[in-house]
Amino acid sequence: MRTLLATRLLPAIAVAAIVIVLPWFFPSAFYYRIGALVFIFALAVVGLNLLMGFAGQVSLGHAGFLGIGAYSVAIGPTYFGVPSWLSLFAGAVLSGIVAFLVGRPILRLKGHYLAVATLGFGLLVAIVLSNEAGWTGGPDGMTVPKLTLFGWGVRGADAWYWISGTTFVGGFILALNLMESPTGRSLQAIHDSEIAALVLGIDVATKKLTIFIISAMYASVAGSYLALFNGHVTPDVAGFLRSIELVAMVVLGGMGSIVGSLVGAIVLVVLPQVLTVFHEYEQALLGLIVMVFMIFLRRGIVPSVAAILKGWRK
Amino acid sequence: MAELLQFVFSGLTVGAIYALVALGFTLIYKASDIINFAQGEFVMLGGMMTVFGAQAGLPLPVAALIAVILTTAVGLALHRFAVAPARGATPVALIMITIGASIFLRGVAQIVFDKRFHSLPSLFGGDPIKFGGAAILPQSLVVLASATIIVVVLWLFIDRTMLGKAVIATAANRLAARLIGVNTRSIVDFSFAVSAAIGAIAGILITPIALTSYDAGTLLALKGFAAAMLGGIGSAPGAVVGGLIIGMIEAMSAGYFSSNYKDAVAFLIILVVLIFIPQGLFGRAKVERV
Repeated sequence: MRTLLATRLLPAIAVAAIVIVLPWFFPSAFYYRIGALVFIFALAVVGLNLLMGFAGQVSLGHAGFLGIGAYSVAIGPTYFGVPSWLSLFAGAVLSGIVAFLVGRPILRLKGHYLAVATLGFGLLVAIVLSNEAGWTGGPDGMTVPKLTLFGWGVRGADAWYWISGTTFVGGFILALNLMESPTGRSLQAIHDSEIAALVLGIDVATKKLTIFIISAMYASVAGSYLALFNGHVTPDVAGFLRSIELVAMVVLGGMGSIVGSLVGAIVLVVLPQVLTVFHEYEQALLGLIVMVFMIFLRRGIVPSVAAILKGWRK
Repeated sequence: MAELLQFVFSGLTVGAIYALVALGFTLIYKASDIINFAQGEFVMLGGMMTVFGAQAGLPLPVAALIAVILTTAVGLALHRFAVAPARGATPVALIMITIGASIFLRGVAQIVFDKRFHSLPSLFGGDPIKFGGAAILPQSLVVLASATIIVVVLWLFIDRTMLGKAVIATAANRLAARLIGVNTRSIVDFSFAVSAAIGAIAGILITPIALTSYDAGTLLALKGFAAAMLGGIGSAPGAVVGGLIIGMIEAMSAGYFSSNYKDAVAFLIILVVLIFIPQGLFGRAKVERV
């Protein structure tokens, strides 16, 4: 019971409290917007972290799933008259299917081969999105119809703050539970030594594929939210830079730390807002952050801070 | 027939550039087991620096020379300040470092230069040469000739000089190389420098034909990487053959199917190669020891 409290309930309550308390400190509606963006990205990052941090499999094409989710809620209502919320689910299912088909062959690869294969996959999605102009509006993108829930048209940054905040907390709790499940334990075993895991009788291929599908669906939902929230979508959502941004958030917060995913998303969403003056330096800064963290702080913010705190307590 | 010839020539030209990028990958991978995702940025830097050098009034050859020297310095710096301090990191961490470097260099290029597309004048004018009904740009011949020279010089160097043998020794077994007195760290330094120089030359060669911009590197790096994989990663002849094959397939698919999807070809090849022949055409399968 105590471990349950420490590993799952406490972090979940803490994150839910953050979502609820934070708006009290918002001086203007603009902050709701940033808050919503943080939770949307954090959702995708939690999913990617399950894959990278726990299973130890890198994906440099995760924005591809973000793109599938985003264009689902754009194309579904526009061309097929499917309601946005249903398109969101359809997009998540489609992402899961794509992840299943793509993941089976490429998850056999390791290290840089896997990195390049996923990178290639992400770019393929981006190329398709910008070339199929008849459906996607090409490089200029397309308008996304507003979300309507039970006859209520969702408008305004504050509404999106609550929707994305609630979903994030849900995704957060799901991820924590997943990691304590037999699947989660097997994934951590795979991370430590794939061959040892295999010898122990873990079905490595299936476990990896499962987590790849789950993380693709996280990204897809985040992509749908992003598109609905912005009201517009362009192929950039699936671009290389987006994939790298997601990976940077994982690395920054800490691989294998679910709380770290939120921290990583906060830093990389808030930083460009604070540094709007330096808009031009955004790319250079992103690259620098990734480099510096991978060289000097490979464990990321949250695990490093946790280690320091533990040291103090002793 | 004339059409086919035309596609073959354009395929060979871009293929030669991909081959040079792939050679850069191979050299660094051989010496250090690192896949350098910033390889494409060397190509971009070579092209952009020459463009801006020429705009500043330098004669073209001087601008090109300066661009190659500066890019080589960037390559060295990449190893010294980013890759070497992370010694012993996992492959994933090393990939992230070179990707970070690639984004960083793009960002810096965007600030120092600009976000527009640039071209360079061709060395022998822009009038196409007629050959069997196909029109060949003189610059294409320059690209092919230069790429051939680079490949031959590199091969002679690796095969015939002491330094080249040291590179081979480092590639074969780093510990053994150190034991017989090879300074493996400076060999890796050297491989980054030469890769950067080759990349910069490729960038200067291709700019009169394909234009360049601050973000031109990513696609080139990926296609070069696809070439290196197709040939079998770590195999120099494989890199050259792989580059030419990818250039050809790309030109054919752009000519006969749709030019919209020509960039997708390289990635499809990556996926197919990885799944069906992961060791590539010229590579040897790796056996993992536990």
